[in-house]
Amino acid sequence: MPTTVSFSLNGEQVSAEVEPRTLLVEMLRDKLRRTGTHVGCDTSQCGACVVHVGGRSVKSCTMLAVQAEGADVTTIEGVAADGKLHPMQEAFREYHGLQCGFCTPGMIMSALDLVRRNPEPDEGEIRRWLEGNLCRCTGYQNIVKAVKAGAASMRAEGAA
Amino acid sequence: MTSNGIGAPVRRKEDRRFITGSGRYTDDIDRPGQLYAHIIRSPLPHARIKSIDANDARSLGGVVAVFTGRDMADDGVGGLPCGWGITGKHGAPMIEPGHPPLATDTVRYVGDQVAVVLAESRAIARDAAELIEVDFEELPAVTSIETATAGDAPLVWPEAPGNICFDWEIGDAAAVQKAFAEAAHVTTIDIVNSRLIPNAIEPRAAIGEYDAGHDEYTLYTTSQNPHVIRLLMGAFVLNIPEHKLRVVAPDVGGGFGSKIFHYAEEAIVTWASKRVNRPVKWTADRSESFMSDAHGRDHVTHAELALSKDGDFLGLSVRTRANLGAYLSTFGPSVPTYLYATLLAGTYKTPAIHAEVKGIFTNTVPVDAYRGAGRPEASYLLERLVDRAARETGIDPIQLRRRNFIPADGFPYQTPVALEYDSGDYGTCLDKALELADYGGFVKRRKDAEARGKLRGIGLSTYIEACGIAPSNVAGQLGARAGLYEAGTIRVNPTGSVTVLTGSHSHGQGHETTFAQLVTEALGVDIDSIEVVHGDTGKIPFGMGTYGSRSLAVGGMALMAALEKIKTKSKKIAAHLLEASDADIEFENGRLSVAGTDRSVAFGEVAMAAYVPHNYPLDILEPGLEETAFYDPKNFTFPAGCHVCEIEIDPDTGVVDVVSFVAADDFGRIINPMIVEGQVHGGVAQGIGQALYEQCVFDADSGQLLTGTLMDYCLPKADHLPDFSVTTNVTLCAHNVLGVKGCGEAGTIGATPAVINAVVDALSEFGVNDIALPATPERVWRAIHSAAA
Repeated sequence: MPTTVSFSLNGEQVSAEVEPRTLLVEMLRDKLRRTGTHVGCDTSQCGACVVHVGGRSVKSCTMLAVQAEGADVTTIEGVAADGKLHPMQEAFREYHGLQCGFCTPGMIMSALDLVRRNPEPDEGEIRRWLEGNLCRCTGYQNIVKAVKAGAASMRAEGAA
Repeated sequence: MTSNGIGAPVRRKEDRRFITGSGRYTDDIDRPGQLYAHIIRSPLPHARIKSIDANDARSLGGVVAVFTGRDMADDGVGGLPCGWGITGKHGAPMIEPGHPPLATDTVRYVGDQVAVVLAESRAIARDAAELIEVDFEELPAVTSIETATAGDAPLVWPEAPGNICFDWEIGDAAAVQKAFAEAAHVTTIDIVNSRLIPNAIEPRAAIGEYDAGHDEYTLYTTSQNPHVIRLLMGAFVLNIPEHKLRVVAPDVGGGFGSKIFHYAEEAIVTWASKRVNRPVKWTADRSESFMSDAHGRDHVTHAELALSKDGDFLGLSVRTRANLGAYLSTFGPSVPTYLYATLLAGTYKTPAIHAEVKGIFTNTVPVDAYRGAGRPEASYLLERLVDRAARETGIDPIQLRRRNFIPADGFPYQTPVALEYDSGDYGTCLDKALELADYGGFVKRRKDAEARGKLRGIGLSTYIEACGIAPSNVAGQLGARAGLYEAGTIRVNPTGSVTVLTGSHSHGQGHETTFAQLVTEALGVDIDSIEVVHGDTGKIPFGMGTYGSRSLAVGGMALMAALEKIKTKSKKIAAHLLEASDADIEFENGRLSVAGTDRSVAFGEVAMAAYVPHNYPLDILEPGLEETAFYDPKNFTFPAGCHVCEIEIDPDTGVVDVVSFVAADDFGRIINPMIVEGQVHGGVAQGIGQALYEQCVFDADSGQLLTGTLMDYCLPKADHLPDFSVTTNVTLCAHNVLGVKGCGEAGTIGATPAVINAVVDALSEFGVNDIALPATPERVWRAIHSAAA
């Protein structure tokens, strides 16, 4: 029985008719056509689908769309404000923290939640936090550098 | 150099779309009216299909069609072709069984395609798949090299006795026999190169679309080489003429070789789109990727190295059995032969080498190129063997390597296994790596680790690889059924901006930046005024795509040749505008000037003149400023280097911790050091993955893939890896204009043996001289404790 789910997506009210079994990531990609959030696995390991729900990072493949009813959802498309890149996005570019780009949206969303909880993470804390985000291209080194630099810029801008 | 030209760490032009979520990967594309395909796959490793009952599935609401292999066969659909034929001993051709996109009567591995459901949504397609009943008659199966080559093994293919696809050799067996007769010492190794599952983070996907009005097809697919797919699928499988088939490989989320090959699903969705006259989309689940993406490696090898009393390598004898899986994947047979055995000289001047390779069919997923493809197998074998020889002879492993290196002044060097190395300096890479690794300080660090209750080991590898497989005519003699050139077009637009069309394909390598750097260096055009277009057969010239670290050394050289033509024509146009002789025109920093005068025109003015030819030498020159070049290399390129790894083992748990990793590589001239460093990082991570984490396991009895999800197959995670220290040493490639060699695979090739040599070093006090890949905590713990017992 299809049901209507409504929530705030990147500050904009959206709704769509979905089956109860529809995952949040399926609603985002297939119904709302926000394809920046990716699906890389079917066992909640890869983290390519990380979004923010109520400000916290969530693997959107592990949550039903109906559970997002009335929530504030932020995806990678909502991170840059008014066309200006977020400092974390800038840092990924500056430090070559991406290659194929497929894991990148999830990495950035995950990193932003880390910095919210821990504004000055050290290398070990970053590596452990990103344990749920798989990257096959970079060997993580430049991602770690980017997150550290992004966190520093956020502190400097008071954005953390 | 201009500020964004050759050698500058230019930040990537492509990044903006990826960091804002605006990338466009295949699954991001929806076509109007599109249906979703779900593939029904074999749950058994070997079985006869007795019947398929899809009546219930067909009557489910939202299901549009169910097709089986019979439907495709009745429609005249051909088999997936193999792109490299191997000729074995005594001229015997390899056994080349058919490979229908959907099985017609027999399935041969868990995951083999049986049928396809097309439905209005992914969920309905999946529901319908549950309703399809396939009656299988199970047949005996073999999933490992050992069981497949046992005397009474069941056959994967009746036409391949002993499950042998080919029995091939290279080198001089008599010379090797003579070398062993004169040897003071022989070191022997039995070694398994483990099977890996590539796991690009973007799962494979494909959308087929048929346009009845034009009788044309479009295939969107996660491919590293769209023209290769167009050629193979059009000509061999679906019989679609190339001018009626467009293949688009948009943003692709990593490949590592696994997206080179022509897969069944591409043919299925393209064919089905005409049958139902609607676009058809298929996207793999990760578990489908595990059982349908071509796997990598999987060798069992016995090798012997003959040494003189002083430690000179006299001869090398290698016998390898390579698992090819159930069917021949696109380039499967070339990997354990021409991409493996030809590299067995390594960086050493071993005068006599002979290798024998048997390709083996098993009831497993087809095996093909995975990052490095054959070269990691060669490097792992040699570098483990050399380390073992050092231990047995008591010669320091570094001194043993130095003693046997091809010297820096020894190039060109003809190996005994077909290749001619053009340039290199292995000793300098070794020196740089040892210095960066503070090799001299290791003894103290080992003592410190002991005090903390840890076992510490150090290991190295001095690898070589061969990139940019070429030239085409030689590869053709060796069995390649394709050309190995690359194509590129430089299109200067009327206002002076530049569109670059390349046959190379970027799925993370940063071509949009690196290739733009070549253009800005040559023409002085601002890097923001250069756009690199790739991945669409409707836009680019016929190109061979990206594999074997070839993009810069082959694709980049095609662009360099096209740029040269642009410069030549521009000088002629400028000569006309400046009323001078074209021999007197100099082209520098975006301006064309008459030598020795202050008369000049900007490149943009030349471009405008070419397209608005009012003041233009129309009598001798065509209007326009666009040039295409096809480049076929004279030889392979030979990147090489030294990797040094230091590990610590917790003897209580067997956990291996990589505490330091150093890479000193020679990639020839470097265009963008930031991108090159990133390539090394990623390659090293995958090499460490094979050494410590990743392993593909099939159940010996049931033939099931036990490591079929990311919960069971361990990809390296951020907290598994240290920061790597990376440096380079440059010797120029001798046969291309920039002297570039390629860097995409080196990390994977050098890292695995360095890590395992370090693990064996740490465990040597227990009498351990070998450990299986991957060196999991259990294996390491058992190695320590069985030695102690």
